[in-house]
Amino acid sequence: MNSEAQYIELYEQARQLIFAHAPESMNAVRDQAFEDFRRLGFPSKKVERYKYTDMQKLFEPDYGVNLSRLPIPVDPYQAFRCDVPNLSTSLYFMVNDSFYDRDKAQTPKDERIPQGPLPKGVVIGSMSEILALNDDLSHRLASYYARLAKTSDDAITALNTMLAQDGLLVYVPKNVKVDRAIQVINILKATPQNAQRQVPDMMVNRRVLIVLEEGAELKMLFCDHAADDKNFLATQVIEAYVGENASLDLYCLEETHNKNVRVSNVYIDQQRNSRVNHDVITLHNGVTRNRLDLTFSGEGAECTCYGCVIADKHQHVDNNTLITHHAPHCTSQELYKYVLDEQAVGAFAGRVLVEHGAQKTTSQMTNQNLTATKEARMFTQPMLEIYADDVKCAHGSTVGQLNDAALFYMRQRGIMLDEAKLLLQNAFVGEVIDKIQLTPLRDRLHYLVEKRFRGELNKCAGCKLCK
Amino acid sequence: MLEVRNLHAKIGEKEILKGIDLVIKDGETHAIMGPNGSGKSTLSAVLVGNPLYEVTGGEAIFNGKNLLEMKPEERAHEGLFLSFQYPVEIPGVSMANFMKAAINEKRKFQGLEPMNAAEFLKLMREKRKVVELDSKLANRSVNEGFSGGEKKRNEIFQMAMLEPKLSILDETDSGLDVDAMRIVAEGVNKLQTPETSCIVITHYDRLLEMIKPQFVHVLYQGRIVKTGGPELAQEIQEHGYDWIKEEIGAE
Repeated sequence: MNSEAQYIELYEQARQLIFAHAPESMNAVRDQAFEDFRRLGFPSKKVERYKYTDMQKLFEPDYGVNLSRLPIPVDPYQAFRCDVPNLSTSLYFMVNDSFYDRDKAQTPKDERIPQGPLPKGVVIGSMSEILALNDDLSHRLASYYARLAKTSDDAITALNTMLAQDGLLVYVPKNVKVDRAIQVINILKATPQNAQRQVPDMMVNRRVLIVLEEGAELKMLFCDHAADDKNFLATQVIEAYVGENASLDLYCLEETHNKNVRVSNVYIDQQRNSRVNHDVITLHNGVTRNRLDLTFSGEGAECTCYGCVIADKHQHVDNNTLITHHAPHCTSQELYKYVLDEQAVGAFAGRVLVEHGAQKTTSQMTNQNLTATKEARMFTQPMLEIYADDVKCAHGSTVGQLNDAALFYMRQRGIMLDEAKLLLQNAFVGEVIDKIQLTPLRDRLHYLVEKRFRGELNKCAGCKLCK
Repeated sequence: MLEVRNLHAKIGEKEILKGIDLVIKDGETHAIMGPNGSGKSTLSAVLVGNPLYEVTGGEAIFNGKNLLEMKPEERAHEGLFLSFQYPVEIPGVSMANFMKAAINEKRKFQGLEPMNAAEFLKLMREKRKVVELDSKLANRSVNEGFSGGEKKRNEIFQMAMLEPKLSILDETDSGLDVDAMRIVAEGVNKLQTPETSCIVITHYDRLLEMIKPQFVHVLYQGRIVKTGGPELAQEIQEHGYDWIKEEIGAE
């Protein structure tokens, strides 16, 4: 089975079209990405980092790709209300892989959710437009593009780089603190409003580049939603450069439907004394594969990475992390928690690599999982690889069921079995949710998680298009 | 209140209760004593419906209803309460959320609206004073990090919140210092009314001096082999169980 054939063919036939609708700096690496993709092919389950999710199968169906950038008319203000409202965030939309220009919305300005002012010098917008500006800043930003996300060792990153034409670019200059969190709602939508004919299932290749200069601070929240009932395959590559003393909070919340495939690769580079907090939360999905590669390039940096997965039916969630301690005196902490019900499949493969010379590293990795049925499956693989001799590292994982003694104790107090289970499951993932530093998001997630466990969150609630 | 007739129960393949007969009327307090392994905790577990135990014969009627056909939560709604010998720790579930769920499920059963937040907090405040627990209680996870004494006081606190008709105290005195035992006993006494009853399972006379049962039963090898008044507890305290074993001709 060679699922890659159709993408190779697509690229060869549509190369000109792709180039014509993308900025020069994105095109500059495209042919190399194509060569890498052709060489690598989709990883089989024999490739270590992809052993729990079958990429060949996921990429086999025929998806439409909007290479000529035909606009899909959608007014997010009309069509959509995110599940995480009223956060006092600055709100932006991405429709499929394109940055959504607010000025095109038909909704009158005063009826839109306010965007909030940005500090001077902060840039947020369409990657293709900003990179095409041809000024000093755009040249500088272009030099970051595809630097962390190497196409030579990951076929999905190669595919994304070869097909991506737009995305989101965020730049925060030196010592600028963006107080108000930036919320980006990724909307997947294949069908134009009032469509006359059938539209194909859709593949999107989304790209995000975040550059924080020295001492900059940014909080970002991505909410992924599918706004119609088509099959979607979304690849995503996020690159984040976190400068010296800079601070980044990066929250990724997925709430899509069962026909959605998400393959997300996140690359983060941390300079001296920087701080990163990354949370990835899968509330509802189809098939999800999240890769996180985080590297400590400078001394004294720290990161906390949290994951929370709630899955049932035939949902599949695979989190794969690699934290590389290249510099000494850095601290990494990972906590991933899964609750799997019915026939859901979960996987967690975490690797911490402490390189030679990365002395005084502190690292802790924990993966804890609840399986509610005999059919639910969890694969867990915590790995430590240490080449320095003065480090403090720990890793561990557990897979278990709800505590029967606790359930009985609660029932004796009159709490119905289902309610008792709910309280225990809530408490289990609550540990991860409580780590969220964005208070309104944390409160909102406690509410959403409870709704999810009650089975009331089958689709993105509040989305007018999902029925 | 409760009528138990010829109750048999086993755990795994091991038969533990071999025909228990016990009648408890409204307002009565009964003590159950007996050597280790005689079946005291099994009796309490079977009455509240612990799924680890299987009832193999006999019946238990609670205020006219067949207790053995009910789920554990239904037994609780009917007014049955067990103070656990080993209260379970539930990390991540706060006492406030735990009690709110318990109270509101009971109210639902009674056809009442859920209690509003202000009312609920007031009730918690009032009841925790019965067992001298402090205001941090509401936000602490259920039993997590509680000392032995706090766990037992927390059991009586829950009893005060839920106002059961029949309470079973399973070795609530074990591991308590003198002061904690006084607090627990006083708490239990405050909650007694002419309409409520209590079963106190204990090894020691000390708690019984404070709670004052009308009846004392001795459970041995899965049967109640002797029943008497409070003086029986004192006798056991002084002479142990050997004389009772001899009396019934046991090995």
